[in-house]
Amino acid sequence: MVLLPREQLCSRGAAAWGGALLGTEMVNQLWQQQCDSFCSQNYPLYIRSVPTENELKFHYTVHTSLDVVDEKISAMGKALVDQRELYLGLLYPTEDYKVYGYVTNSKVKFVMVVDSSNTALRDNEIRSMFRKLHNSYTDIMCNPFYNPGDRIHSRAFDTMVNSMMMQVC
Amino acid sequence: MEGLTLSEAEQRYFCDLFSYCDTESTKKAASNGRVLELFRATKLPNDVVKKIMELCGATRLGYFGRSQFYIALKLVAMAQSGLPLRMESLNSVKDLPLPRFVVSKNEQESRHTALYSSDADNPASYSGVIPPPPPGRMQVKKGSVSHDTVQQRTSTDQQESTSPVVSPQQSPPTSPHTWRKHNRHPSGGNNERPLAGPGPFWAPFSEVQPGSSTSSDPIWSGHSPPPHQENWVSFADTPPTSALLAMHPASVQDQTTVRTVASATTANEIRRQSSSYDDPWKITDEQRQYYVNQFKTIQPDLNGFIPGSAAKEFFTKSKLPILELSHIWELSDFDKDGALTLDEFCAAFHLVVARKNGYDLPEKLPESLMPKLIDLEDSTEVGEQTGEVGYSGSPAEAPPSKSPSMPSLNQTWPELNQNSEQWETFSERSSSSQTLTQFDSNIAPADPDTAIVHPVPIRMTPSKIHMQEMELKRTGSDHANPTSPLLVKPSDLPEENKMSSSVKFTAGNTVNGYSSSDSYTSDPEQIGNAVTRQRSHSGTSPDNTAPPPPPPRPHASHSRSSSLDMNRSFSVTPGQQQAGVVAYPPAVPPRPQPSQGTGPHVHRSVDADGLIAHTSTSPQQIPEQPNFADFSQFEAFAASGVNKEEEDEIETHSEVLQVEKPSDSASSLRVAKADGRVEDKAPANVPSSAGKGTTPLAPPPKPIRRRLKSEDELRPEAEEHTQKTGVIAAVLASQPSIPRSVGKDKKAIQASIRRNKETNTVLARLNSELQQQLKDVLEERISLEVQLEQLRPFSHL
Repeated sequence: MVLLPREQLCSRGAAAWGGALLGTEMVNQLWQQQCDSFCSQNYPLYIRSVPTENELKFHYTVHTSLDVVDEKISAMGKALVDQRELYLGLLYPTEDYKVYGYVTNSKVKFVMVVDSSNTALRDNEIRSMFRKLHNSYTDIMCNPFYNPGDRIHSRAFDTMVNSMMMQVC
Repeated sequence: MEGLTLSEAEQRYFCDLFSYCDTESTKKAASNGRVLELFRATKLPNDVVKKIMELCGATRLGYFGRSQFYIALKLVAMAQSGLPLRMESLNSVKDLPLPRFVVSKNEQESRHTALYSSDADNPASYSGVIPPPPPGRMQVKKGSVSHDTVQQRTSTDQQESTSPVVSPQQSPPTSPHTWRKHNRHPSGGNNERPLAGPGPFWAPFSEVQPGSSTSSDPIWSGHSPPPHQENWVSFADTPPTSALLAMHPASVQDQTTVRTVASATTANEIRRQSSSYDDPWKITDEQRQYYVNQFKTIQPDLNGFIPGSAAKEFFTKSKLPILELSHIWELSDFDKDGALTLDEFCAAFHLVVARKNGYDLPEKLPESLMPKLIDLEDSTEVGEQTGEVGYSGSPAEAPPSKSPSMPSLNQTWPELNQNSEQWETFSERSSSSQTLTQFDSNIAPADPDTAIVHPVPIRMTPSKIHMQEMELKRTGSDHANPTSPLLVKPSDLPEENKMSSSVKFTAGNTVNGYSSSDSYTSDPEQIGNAVTRQRSHSGTSPDNTAPPPPPPRPHASHSRSSSLDMNRSFSVTPGQQQAGVVAYPPAVPPRPQPSQGTGPHVHRSVDADGLIAHTSTSPQQIPEQPNFADFSQFEAFAASGVNKEEEDEIETHSEVLQVEKPSDSASSLRVAKADGRVEDKAPANVPSSAGKGTTPLAPPPKPIRRRLKSEDELRPEAEEHTQKTGVIAAVLASQPSIPRSVGKDKKAIQASIRRNKETNTVLARLNSELQQQLKDVLEERISLEVQLEQLRPFSHL
């Protein structure tokens, strides 16, 4: 899964990536997922894909979905941010996959790309996965050796993400 | 120097040692810390070392000047040789072997001894000098023990005891670095050294405690390495950094990272007493004491916490990479609260020490470092990976642990409480079985209140979950719930999807729930944990006090009637059609079957009403019974007006039910007939007991009866029904006074209220589930539409 924390996807970068990705091969039948975590400045803190082929394509998707996330965030506006609203839900479905978004109170965004053939994934499960991600992220923040904004190298986080993605795939 | 004459070998040796001790490069005085360590390495008794120090004049001066140092060394040699310590004998002793310093370092030291031991009878009986930060490694032939040696050792030993506290301020920052370099140096040539790996080297690394240095001697004794002057020199230039480093000579050689620890180095030196070579993660007493002392420097209260920032500063001094420190923090901060308790601190410190000595960090916290373990003397697991197990077990074991562990325990509880919140959130969603499994494992031992698990199944109702959870928390300590019948064994705790169970609930639970709802009031306890709980049972009533003894479990055949009476009555008169014989069970208001919004529900309620009202009458057989199916009779009876009478007699609850029934009676009855539930309830109902069934339903007679006649199940027993109705009426009339006591009425009312609530919760949950399904379907629809649009262009091709 590639969680694309799209916070600030540079438009230039997006265009470059878009061109490259259009030429990629068709999405295979494997369930593919991607988990990304983006910080408030929209640079990725963490990216993980399963399986690893077509990774660039997912990276691109995640980055482009950042725009949708920003739209939703701005739309929320002054609304209170509670647990429900942290989960942005299905950002947009494409022909091959669906993109889900989640934003924390500190504007850290989680983006998840799930293969459309994975119909077993229900909304609640997506929510639970985001919740687990959020919990793991808070655990990382508790680590005094972690500077907010650094890339996440926590092994515990990796383990959790891997297990989560394996579970779904 | 009072005319101290040294042999050439001694001269060189002492000079090198002094250089080693001369950490400040003053060329004048040796660093006290180093000297102390060196003396410690001599393995001399404390008093001997003290005497040596006095004799050499260091005590008087307060520091070790070169002359004092040399004198001390000579005295150590004399002491090690067994000679009495006499200043006058300093020069008289001939062929005094070089002072011997026990070092767990590699053979380099042995080489050094060989280097400086010009005597032929200096076999490889060198004792490795434990290279705590002490300067240089002086190795003395075993045969020759000089006063110096003895004195040095004694002083070393004496000082050693205080070194744990002193060293932190004295260790040169560069020592570890140099030492390591040095160690790597001769690694190539030290192959003969039994470098079996980190483990065995813990053993060689005997604690440099007074009198306990002999363990390392055998190691060195076997060595007679050729002198490697260059090695030794380099070694001298690179004074060993920490005792801990010494502990892992092999690992030090192998390691490639050179770490320099500032103040932590000395701390490491102290930590060298990791004697348990079979478990590198075990914390020895000395280590633990040192860790505790360090903890006190940051946080005087042993039961308190060290905030993350302070811990970060402290461990940053160890010069480990931030990445590794971050990982160590992850491992050691057990409760993820951003602060370290004493146990967590000790674990972290131990990990830092181990890492600095070349041990790779484990993926999971070793069992011996789990916060729950205070003294792991008996820990035999090496690097055991018991992350989750340990975690889950720790809270349970926390109470018996010593006080130092209490802070960690206390911390775990908040964490667990936090988890409980997470659990609550978990319960809100239909988690997968896998999630549920994890959930359970963490929850079960965590909460002492729920230690005695009452896996009471609870009705899965979204709205009710929280309420039940609250109840659960409230009744967490209430282990006296005599809800034995409903105490689901842990095995019953399923990890079943909430949805599925809810479905089950709506479908079949009404039967079970109906019965159980009456009997079992409070199973809130397990709600929090019971995302996995099988919610097939209904724990509707939030009765947290000792739940009233559940009414006798209705057997399968009699699911609907939750009342004891019904069971009894039915069991007594399974086939009775007549009234009167059946003892009038306590008036139990007809249970409003959890309404499924469909006929069946109403049907059940109808049945319930009938049952309840008719308990007294035999005709009012248990719904399960054939009579049960005869709603037509029931309704007909009701239509006849007898119902009214019954209703009046029946509690208000039943009246309510009856109100429902008339409205739905027709459809409900039919549905009820078709309802498998009815079948489940009473196989006997199916048969032609239609006629009989009416009687039980007579109390709340329904006009449905007539309609039921048209049903297939209806038997041409309407006449019988009518007869029975008449009989029933008579019976009922004769028994208006069901020996209902006021208390029973109230109880019935309460039961009916409970049932209503139950119904409500069921409906609410059903609603939420349906909404969820609707959402999912909409999503699918969206995706399908998208796909359709994409395919459309191709259709024209």
